[in-house]
Amino acid sequence: MKYMLLIYSNEADWTDDERTKCMEESSQLCHRLESEGKYLAASPLHLVAAATSVRVREGRPLVTAGPFAETHEQLGGYFLIDVESLEEATRIASEIPGAKKGTVEIRPIFELSGLPDQP
Amino acid sequence: MNEVSVLLDELYRKESRRIFATLVRLLGDFDLAEEALHEAFAVAAGHWSKDEVPKNPRAWLVSTGRFRAIDSIRRNARFQDKLGDLAALSQETQREQNEREEFEVEDDRLRLIFTCCHPALAPDIQVALTLREICGLTTDEVASAFLVAPTTMAQRIVRGKAKIRAAKIPYKIPSTEELPQRLDSVLSVVYLVFNEGYSASSGPLATRADLSGEAIRLARLLLELLPDSEVMGLLALMLLHESRRPARTTPEGDLILLEDQDRTLWDSALIAEGRGLIEQALASRNFGVYSIQAAISAVHAEAATPEATDWGQVVALYDILRRAEPSPVIELNRAVAVAMRDGPEAGLALIEEIHSQGELQGYHLAYAAQADFYRRLGRFSQAAEAYQKALELSTQEPEQRFLERRLREMTRSTVR
Repeated sequence: MKYMLLIYSNEADWTDDERTKCMEESSQLCHRLESEGKYLAASPLHLVAAATSVRVREGRPLVTAGPFAETHEQLGGYFLIDVESLEEATRIASEIPGAKKGTVEIRPIFELSGLPDQP
Repeated sequence: MNEVSVLLDELYRKESRRIFATLVRLLGDFDLAEEALHEAFAVAAGHWSKDEVPKNPRAWLVSTGRFRAIDSIRRNARFQDKLGDLAALSQETQREQNEREEFEVEDDRLRLIFTCCHPALAPDIQVALTLREICGLTTDEVASAFLVAPTTMAQRIVRGKAKIRAAKIPYKIPSTEELPQRLDSVLSVVYLVFNEGYSASSGPLATRADLSGEAIRLARLLLELLPDSEVMGLLALMLLHESRRPARTTPEGDLILLEDQDRTLWDSALIAEGRGLIEQALASRNFGVYSIQAAISAVHAEAATPEATDWGQVVALYDILRRAEPSPVIELNRAVAVAMRDGPEAGLALIEEIHSQGELQGYHLAYAAQADFYRRLGRFSQAAEAYQKALELSTQEPEQRFLERRLREMTRSTVR
């Protein structure tokens, strides 16, 4: 069963050092998950200041600066994992360094047939 | 000052933004290009002498800046990720580069405009970057033009550059397919700058001529680089507005309405240039909203007195405009023109219609227009009520003084 783990936190809560440390620890977690055969993908994201939103209305793409919505906590990174159950996904989510300052949202992947194979 | 520093001063004034634009292309980074630009001028100040000025100073400055930047990339770990590009950057021979330079230098400025006005940047950042990077205003100048603290403006510019880097906003002229929409975004930045100078949104002065001048300069540059009918239309619109500047305010800075202006003060050279451009734009048969607005402005410019205005023509142009771009503000302007053609009652009915659709209920000019219609009809207490409402919503001091004056007149008329 595949899960997307979305990491939300308030960007302003992080110092540069904390951010660097978080990425190091997250990398280690990725390698461990990979060795256990549970890792599909993961990455931190640039701050929401770098976000761009696109909507197509009346056939025309409308590009705007900024995230989908201004919120107190922002999406800062994600993990895509393949595990047995929600229980296991929850355990991994609680090991994500970002969970210490923010929230990890666990979303089961809706399996759609006919898509290209995962790498 | 010696001759070399005079020459460098002039080169800096005339060429530094061009050189900067080319360096951004070559180096792929705003901050690196800015540093390289200043390095190049510093090296020139040390190396050039009266008898030995390079044959092509601009090319010399570009290549010096570029090599200085390559040096600094080597030294600076911050640009570690750029090391890969470095090989490619150094391999290009000087000859190839010079050839390409002459050909591409104007394209570089256009690229820079499209990057600074990219819709993925917030509008206030687009404006700040455009004035800073294309017009060459200092951060302090941009800050004072928009009445914000220099630190706030500096942050805005830093945020903009960071976004360009992080999101990889491309440094290129959009494809033909994308061009109309991307050009819209550029034109709206130019017009925003102009309007801030022509009708300041807040503060003690009604207009700031320096910003309008910058916007016109920018539009002229744009027209040179990209001869599009809407660029013509926008330039025409701004020139026609600008032509009225000497007649628009009293020496004390109070606003004078179009109908009360001394039309002999209008700048006939700007009007002639504007009209010439509109004719060209309209003849292209591919004109848009700026050209239509310019055409409306030209109808006013043609009338020697307010009474001589061809209001039927103005209404007809607003009809075209609202089809091209439906908006409540355009409806309001049309209502004013209709009132001039058919009488104030017709105008009142149209404003009521706009308000009943839930539009412009917080827009001071809607109430100012309404008040004016009541005043013309002699319904002074209703006029006073509407002026009061407009006054409460207005944020610009000269406008507030105008509304207060009208309000006092109404109160006196009611008492009498």
